[in-house]
Amino acid sequence: MKILVPVKRVVDANVKVRVKADGSAVELANVKMAMNPFDEIAVEEAIRLKESGKADEIIVVSIGPQQAQETLRTALAMGADRAILVKTDEQTEPLGVAKVLKGVVDAEQPGLVILGKQAIDDDSNQTGQMLAALLGWAQGTFASKVVIDGDKAKVTREVDGGLQTVELKMPAIVTADLRLNQPRYASLPNIMKAKKKQLDEKTPADYGADVKPRLKVIKTEEPSGRKAGVKVKSVAELVDKLKNEAGVL
Amino acid sequence: MAILLIAEHDNATLSDQTAKALSAALQIGSDVHVLVAGKGAKPAADAAAKLKGVSKVLLAEADELAERLAEPTAALVVSLAGGYDTIIAPATSSGKNVAPRVAALLGVAQVSEIIEVVSPDTFKRPIYAGNAIQTVQATDAKKVITVRTASFPVASQGNAAAVEIISAAADPRLSSFIENKLSGTDRPELTSARIIISGGRALGSSEKFQEVILPVADKLGAAVGASRAAVDAGYAPNDWQVGQTGKVVAPDLYIAVGISGAIQHLAGMKDSKVIVAINKDEEAPIFQVADYGLVGDLFLILPELEKALAGD
Ligand SMILES: Cc1cc2nc3c(=O)[nH]c(=O)nc-3n(C[C@H](O)[C@H](O)[C@H](O)COP(=O)(O)OP(=O)(O)OC[C@H]3O[C@@H](n4cnc5c(N)ncnc54)[C@H](O)[C@@H]3O)c2cc1C
Ligand SMILES: Nc1ncnc2c1ncn2[C@@H]1O[C@H](COP(=O)(O)O)[C@@H](O)[C@H]1O
Repeated sequence: MKILVPVKRVVDANVKVRVKADGSAVELANVKMAMNPFDEIAVEEAIRLKESGKADEIIVVSIGPQQAQETLRTALAMGADRAILVKTDEQTEPLGVAKVLKGVVDAEQPGLVILGKQAIDDDSNQTGQMLAALLGWAQGTFASKVVIDGDKAKVTREVDGGLQTVELKMPAIVTADLRLNQPRYASLPNIMKAKKKQLDEKTPADYGADVKPRLKVIKTEEPSGRKAGVKVKSVAELVDKLKNEAGVL
Repeated sequence: MAILLIAEHDNATLSDQTAKALSAALQIGSDVHVLVAGKGAKPAADAAAKLKGVSKVLLAEADELAERLAEPTAALVVSLAGGYDTIIAPATSSGKNVAPRVAALLGVAQVSEIIEVVSPDTFKRPIYAGNAIQTVQATDAKKVITVRTASFPVASQGNAAAVEIISAAADPRLSSFIENKLSGTDRPELTSARIIISGGRALGSSEKFQEVILPVADKLGAAVGASRAAVDAGYAPNDWQVGQTGKVVAPDLYIAVGISGAIQHLAGMKDSKVIVAINKDEEAPIFQVADYGLVGDLFLILPELEKALAGD
């Protein structure tokens, strides 16, 4: 079985982004970029499935600018087998990405696609579900455990009230949540090896996909700030303030 | 044209989140129909009919809808979509699971987690863990939207809308439900609680978490939350996680205990009315958003707080 893992290049999770002075977008110049953390978890899960004999090839794909190549190389260094860069300078939206991914799935015929549950830049949490819809496949979102058993996948999902387990008919879509695994670091030798792995370049048009944005960004602004309050000296003072000043107790 | 609101419920009861998403829906348009998809879900449908502003409740019942599996639920919504120009759901784990599937089947974009309705096609939503707020206009003829419920009030009661029984769509038979392991508690739910006390990595173990945080929660009648670090380490169940990728809450009072205040955590609680931080590091970023900060060892402070609250 082939596993496809879409990986997105995003602003590093430790960076606190700033909004551009003209309110058009967030400032991305000279900001540290990295693989979306949920996608690292997705890549790791694919590698573990391969290591346990459930999969024989892992293909990673990224839709984005030329620099997304670096993200793909990181995934290759972790252990993916080959990569596809679908090059576009458009600001991608989940529906457009899902359309490209459908084209990649049609061409590569994976038995499983593992995505991140959410990209930490747009915080959309849509692409996996959309891809499942376009393919007419089952979806196991927010996964904290995946067990492949023949042509079925058992997925334990993090839901609002706790955990839910569903069984999916394969081929299927899984989206990774934080507790699915702890992704490995790429070792130096593997980073060197990854440079020689196959990385194909395509365009959305190669897959007949329209990635034009459907949402018009009117403006981008800083959130209304919150100011630091006061430090209290004791529990007694805290309780007093909460009762008599804030009125919340 | 009318708006279809996908209800959040567990068949027996309707979640508050439905009533909050309704408030958002009513800012978009006035003719709101609520879809209750489930099994044995008449009680939830009846509760929805009581919400002010609902013009009709649609009740669809089938085995495969009992747990609102994504594939049959989305198929049902799509079968109804012709009559609506906006489809809206609370951004719960169930809403987030179903809505994008509906949007893609309809060939339209989704606007996730709106926090404000600017006009019927223009919304504000947070991006980058809430470090920026974007105003976006949806250009598709049909709109699919999820609502960050912490940003909207609960719609009031006092209505008696009709409940119409409709049939489920054909089950695509792609998935089946195996089991739920819900962490059910007698405490208030995180997303509707008036007071929340959350613990972080500093708690050190699940035993300590329970020993130190829970008694204070009980005294306050509070819901209990946790940071990702505390959940990852197994001190607290996953559904207690507050943050960018956990639950987003806005209670009257949020008490953060032994939590540093990473941007991902702040994303889930910084709209709380009053924030209290208890941390032994006076430089901890959590103090930058706290109304009241108490610097010190939580293992000394919390028992004292419990006692002070008992003294009432
Ligand atoms: C993709 C992604 C998504 C994430 N999503 C979330 C999310 O949804 N929610 C979330 O919370 N995090 C999330 N995180 C993690 C986040 O970045 C932080 O790592 C996490 O919030 C830290 O948890 P913490 O504050 O409990 O731990 P730490 O940062 O380790 O802080 C512990 C704090 O406890 C204090 N302390 C220690 N001992 C004591 C004591 N005895 N008394 C008092 N204080 C003490 C310390 O001074 C410190 O400030 C996410 C990260 C990523 C990359
Ligand atoms: N441009 C992209 N390239 C590759 N994968 C993507 C892209 N955008 C989104 N994804 C995948 O879809 C997941 C969810 O993204 P989103 O729906 O934007 O929150 C991510 O974790 C990735 O796995």
